[in-house]
Order: sequence, then C-alpha cells, then structure tokens
Amino acid sequence: MTQFSLARLVLPMLVLPVLLMAAPAFADTTIPVRIKDHKFTPAEIVVPANTPVVLNVTNGDNLAEEFDSNELKVEKVIAGGQMGVVRLRPLKPGRYHFMGEYHAKTAQGVVVAR
Amino acid sequence: MLGTLLIVFREVIEAGLIVGIVLAATRGVTGRGLWVGVGVAGGLIGACILAVFAGGLSALFQGSGQELFNATILLLAVGMLTWHNVWMASHGKEMSRDLKAVGAEVTQGSKSLLAMAVVVGVAVLREGSEVVLFLYGIAAGGGASAAGMLAGGALGVLAGAVLSLLMYLGLLAIPAHRLFAATTGLITLLAAGLAAQAIAFLQQAGLITVLTTPLWDTSGILAEGSTVGRLLKTLVGYADQPDGAQLIAWLAVVAMMLTLMRVVNPRKSLIANAEAAVAPVPAE
Repeated sequence: MTQFSLARLVLPMLVLPVLLMAAPAFADTTIPVRIKDHKFTPAEIVVPANTPVVLNVTNGDNLAEEFDSNELKVEKVIAGGQMGVVRLRPLKPGRYHFMGEYHAKTAQGVVVAR
Repeated sequence: MLGTLLIVFREVIEAGLIVGIVLAATRGVTGRGLWVGVGVAGGLIGACILAVFAGGLSALFQGSGQELFNATILLLAVGMLTWHNVWMASHGKEMSRDLKAVGAEVTQGSKSLLAMAVVVGVAVLREGSEVVLFLYGIAAGGGASAAGMLAGGALGVLAGAVLSLLMYLGLLAIPAHRLFAATTGLITLLAAGLAAQAIAFLQQAGLITVLTTPLWDTSGILAEGSTVGRLLKTLVGYADQPDGAQLIAWLAVVAMMLTLMRVVNPRKSLIANAEAAVAPVPAE
C-alpha cells in the first residue's frame, strides 16, 4: 500500500502564494473610482492598452458591493465605506463591461482600453 | 426583495453543489454526517469572522489580501480533493479483496472525511462570507426596505438549500456501483476548476502576469455570468474567456489526479477499481 502524505501534498500549495508575494510590486497607472448611491464614478474608465492598471475603488455607500466583471476577470467584494484595490491585467484595445453585482440595476460601468 | 433572494440563492447554490458532491462521494462511510456538519458549521463561523475583518483583510498585501486569501483556500481545497480521490483509489482494492478489512478501512476513512470537511468548510466560507457581507450591509443600513430584503435573503438561503438537496438526491439515483466512478470524475473536474479559479485570483492580485491573454471567447454561446454558466463554473471551472495560465492549471490538476490514482493503484482501470470498491459496502 502506498502511503500518501497529506502534508506533502498541501504544503507546497500553501507556500506557493507566499513565495509569489515576495515578487516586487511594479509601478502601475492608478485610477480612483468611487461608488456612491450604487453607481460608479466615472462609469466609463479610460485606461492605456497593454499596460497593467490599478483601480482604487472607494465604496461611499453603507452597503457592500462586489466589483464584478467576467470580461476583466475580476471579482472583488468591497465592504461599505472601504477602499478596494482592483488590478487589471494588460488589456487589448476594446470595451470591457463591469458591474456592481449586489446592485446591478444601477451599478454598471465600462473600462475602455486605448 | 427579489434581487436579494436571487443573489443569496446563487451564492448558496454554489456552496450547496460542492456539499452535495462531497456527500455523494462519502456515501456509506461511517461518521460522514458529523464531519460534513463540522465543515458547514466551521465554514459559517469562518464566514462571519471573515465578513467582520473583510476591510482589514482587503488592505493586506498592497490591497490584494482578499485575492490571496481566496487563492490560498481554493488551492487548499484542490489539495484535499486530490487527497480524497487518491485515498479512495488506494483503498478501494483492499476493501473489495478482504471484507474483514472493511471495518478498519472505514475507520481510516475518517482521514479522508477530514479532508472532505475542509473542502465543505472552504466552499461555505467563500460563498458564505459574501452572503454575510451583503446581508449585514442591508441590516446595518436599516430603513423600511431592510426587513423585506432580509426576508428575501432568508428565502434565498432556503431555496438554495432545497435545490442543493435535490441535486444530491439526483446523484444518489445513480446505481451504487456507478456512483463512486461518477463522484471520482466529478471531484477531479471540481478540483481542476477550483485551481483555474485560484489562478484567476492570483492574476487579479498581480502575482501571475504571464499567459493572461484570453485564448477564446464563448460568451456568445454560454455567458459565464448566466445562471447555467455560474453553475458550470462551480462544477468544472467553466470560463467563457479562459487564459493560458488557467488552462494549464486546469489540465495540470486533471493530469496530476489521474497520475496519482494510477500510481497508488495501477492494476485496473479507474472505473473498474471504483466499482470493485463500492461492491462490498452495503447501501445505506
């Protein structure tokens, strides 16, 4: 019978993110975005194409919001009154839709990469 | 109220699917109810704690604490699912060969149950913390609409639980000698999907910066954000615009799982093993 060690399997998986964290952060373009009354300002965010961009999303509402976009591959919960850092991968030129999943009726926006 | 119901329902169903697969995979193992219960309870408590510290967690690691936490617990779940499948593959043969050994093996099965409790806990923790944050915000906000929205949330939890139960019963309708093969396959795909999702979180944290360009786009056929898309994302890691790093992670986990199961039990095909493993265990 082959004995199978749980620790041997799991430990590398836990260590991996920690190792990756040691990677130096590079200077990115940072754009502030604000949520108020379940709407994004600006609702159309223009970013440079093919460059990583950071959105500093401040939630000015009391309710939590989830910044959600399949096209941008981002899912991020931002609690009421808090700021969340949303990192965008380098984008090809184009329009990328995003929304606040908890208030999708009003919280809609688009990232335009140029 | 309807909006609240839908959001909570979708989160609950995502965790419920995973709990259902775990329950089906551990059918007939003594004490599994307790372990799964511990996983659910632990996940719920963890979700509340996580919701309280959400702001603090988010601020860690240059604002990527939430992503790193998600990636870490997802990879932990991948490890546990792998271990469970490999354990079952390595012990199924002995179970079928020697009936007397079954009692002892089932005792050892509690190790695998611990792994499965962790998987359940992770699923409940992840989806639960979003539900708690969402509902807490509504409750804290107060006002006339809060009561109705919270009632919607409660209904959402109930509806999600009922649908999860139905799916679990559906899995049980599979004949016992096929069930193990089915759950082994489901767990393999589930683990691969969770690994691909973990990669997406590491990319979102800015830690994986290669192979981030989408390979194809099937959003016109099945959007990831649709209900079916979300269920498939939970079950097999469906993404309408997967990138290279995600695809590699998905394939790597499937390959790792199959290889390890083959290594611990090389004699028969996996499905033959699975059927042999289940045969002597009396149905519940």
